[in-house]
Amino acid sequence: MSAEATRTDPLLSVRDLVQEFVVREGGGARGGVVQAVSGVSFDVMPGETLGIVGETGSGKSTLARAVLQAPRPKSGSVVFRGTDLTTLHGSRLLRARQHLQFVFQDPFGSLDPKWQVRSIVEEPLIAYHVGNRAARRKRVGELLDLVGLDPARYAKRHPRELSGGQAQRVAIARAVALEPSLLICDEAVSSLDVLIQAQVLNLFERLRRELGLSYLFIAHDLALVKQVSDRVAVMYLGKFCEVGPGESVYKQPLHPYTKALLDSIPSTEPGAARAAATLHGEPPSPINPPSGCRFRTRCPRAADKCASEVPEPRELAPGHLVACHFPLTEPAPAEAGAAVPSQSASPAVPSTAEVQG
Amino acid sequence: MSPVVSPNGALLQVEDLRVAFSAGGREIRAVDGVSYQVEAGRTLAIIGESGSGKTVGCRAIMGLLPESAAISGSARLHGTEMIGLSDAQLRKHRGSDMAMVFQDPARSLNPTMRIGSQITEAIRTHRAVSKSEAHAQAVELLRLVRMPAADRRFHEYPHQLSGGMRQRVMIAIALACRPRLLIADEATTALDVTTQAQIMELLLELQQELDMALIMVSHDLGLAASYADEVIVMYAGKIVEQAPAKQLFGKGGTVKMRYTRALLDAIPHLERAAHTELPVVSGRPPDPTALPPGCSFAPRCPGAADDCVAQAPALTEHALGHRWACWHPCENGVSA
Repeated sequence: MSAEATRTDPLLSVRDLVQEFVVREGGGARGGVVQAVSGVSFDVMPGETLGIVGETGSGKSTLARAVLQAPRPKSGSVVFRGTDLTTLHGSRLLRARQHLQFVFQDPFGSLDPKWQVRSIVEEPLIAYHVGNRAARRKRVGELLDLVGLDPARYAKRHPRELSGGQAQRVAIARAVALEPSLLICDEAVSSLDVLIQAQVLNLFERLRRELGLSYLFIAHDLALVKQVSDRVAVMYLGKFCEVGPGESVYKQPLHPYTKALLDSIPSTEPGAARAAATLHGEPPSPINPPSGCRFRTRCPRAADKCASEVPEPRELAPGHLVACHFPLTEPAPAEAGAAVPSQSASPAVPSTAEVQG
Repeated sequence: MSPVVSPNGALLQVEDLRVAFSAGGREIRAVDGVSYQVEAGRTLAIIGESGSGKTVGCRAIMGLLPESAAISGSARLHGTEMIGLSDAQLRKHRGSDMAMVFQDPARSLNPTMRIGSQITEAIRTHRAVSKSEAHAQAVELLRLVRMPAADRRFHEYPHQLSGGMRQRVMIAIALACRPRLLIADEATTALDVTTQAQIMELLLELQQELDMALIMVSHDLGLAASYADEVIVMYAGKIVEQAPAKQLFGKGGTVKMRYTRALLDAIPHLERAAHTELPVVSGRPPDPTALPPGCSFAPRCPGAADDCVAQAPALTEHALGHRWACWHPCENGVSA
């Protein structure tokens, strides 16, 4: 194993990650290259949870799989615990991935229906030659306890004898069996009923505290992501449009897309949410994404510059980056001409108190 | 507008609806004595977890359950009894008087047929109109559901459309014969949050334009709070709480059932700080073949007492328009 990452180094450091797929034309569908992930960079610090929100087709799941090297990204680097996974092969990649585990959306799809729960949880321990049979069985019991399943009742069950929430707990027990340092959760609670979802979220929270786990937590539900995340990234058509501390992104969204997402959430305050349908139209095809800013075709603030220039991420508040020519702290381009000159010279930045709060 | 539904003006009147299945000699009471009504132009949300009976009840009204389902009780649509009708009779009502939109538009649409043909088929099943007339109506329906480039989309296949657009097609098919009652069963659950907002807005606009009654079946209390007039909460086949949305949610909301409270509290919302523990109730819904004699929620309820286990509380209108089934309801909307 290469040199251990020091405390201040990020646990996971992803740079300029690109993933593309070639699709053939047929059945009325257009052929071309799907630009699923187009140059994404981020860090996850030890013990930190980075949430990634985005809609269907934003590339968030492709991003998760590219980090896992399944399949390998087209270009870019994925440095995990000091080693670039994109350069590793075979057993060395397998060994590095021991500390990088994942939980996906459909628990039943990821559990072998013919296996007993205890064999499912034991399997990674066997694969990585951890302990002897007796030690492994003991560890399986501990792991089931950890995720809130009584080993006496559940160890010998098959997946079909479990509810969705229980099956997801088994998937989590298997994922944490090798004591990973990073858990990638892709819509891991999205298929669960709300009461079970809350139980599983609390379990993630407990594992974070007790095992010092870091998470890459991917979901389409903004409130859910806020609940678990230290920092949140918003993804649209293969790119991050905004990333920053959770409180800051949700209280003071800088990207018009983030604002539209936030405004679309139904609220339990009657009448309060009916600002709805703030965003019109459909996301464009990732086969031929718009020039310049990819959100411009649906953006209420889009101007000529947005079509010609790709907006680079800018840090407008501590740790809060936005890739937008006209972020929400500045007047919209149409009003910009009428704006007071001093305002356009120094764009209003959210007060630091708010950002750090 | 009065939140109280008048007993005579109701478009759909459901009384003591029961649906039971038998599994391995044991009876599963999926819907266990449910009564409610909906007026034209109003939106009713039926909320519950998987297995609460919310979908089965609606399918019973639509006549979409298998033969093995034992259905009793009454569901009158505009005065006509729907329960006990023959398949042929039900087919006449389905589509023309009542229609349903489901969660997964990809699975509801025929992948080998152009969407235009699927809509014209729906029209011509119920109305004797010429092909060209049906075509014109289908394009009109696509426009009605705000389908972008309706003329072009008419000739496309389902796989060429996004999830949101497919759901618009499903709504167009459901509305083909201008039903008086539209049931949307988790119709926006599979959609993204911005698309969900678009489809909900569309449904409510169409409801006003066509003066339909809308029943939205969902697990999402947030959706109910935002869009419904009236909310029903179901647990283990029974209605446990029913009230106008305004009375139930938001500041000054007077939720009475601890189950409803638990559902509300378990939803992550933006006001909560990161990494805080979500309030949860332990356990899971009871085995439908072995329901407890008392309140079905009692084994999980933080406020359960001896009387809850002994006898099930009936659903009673305790306050104007607000029905609940609990011996020890929450005070001022919060759990004691």
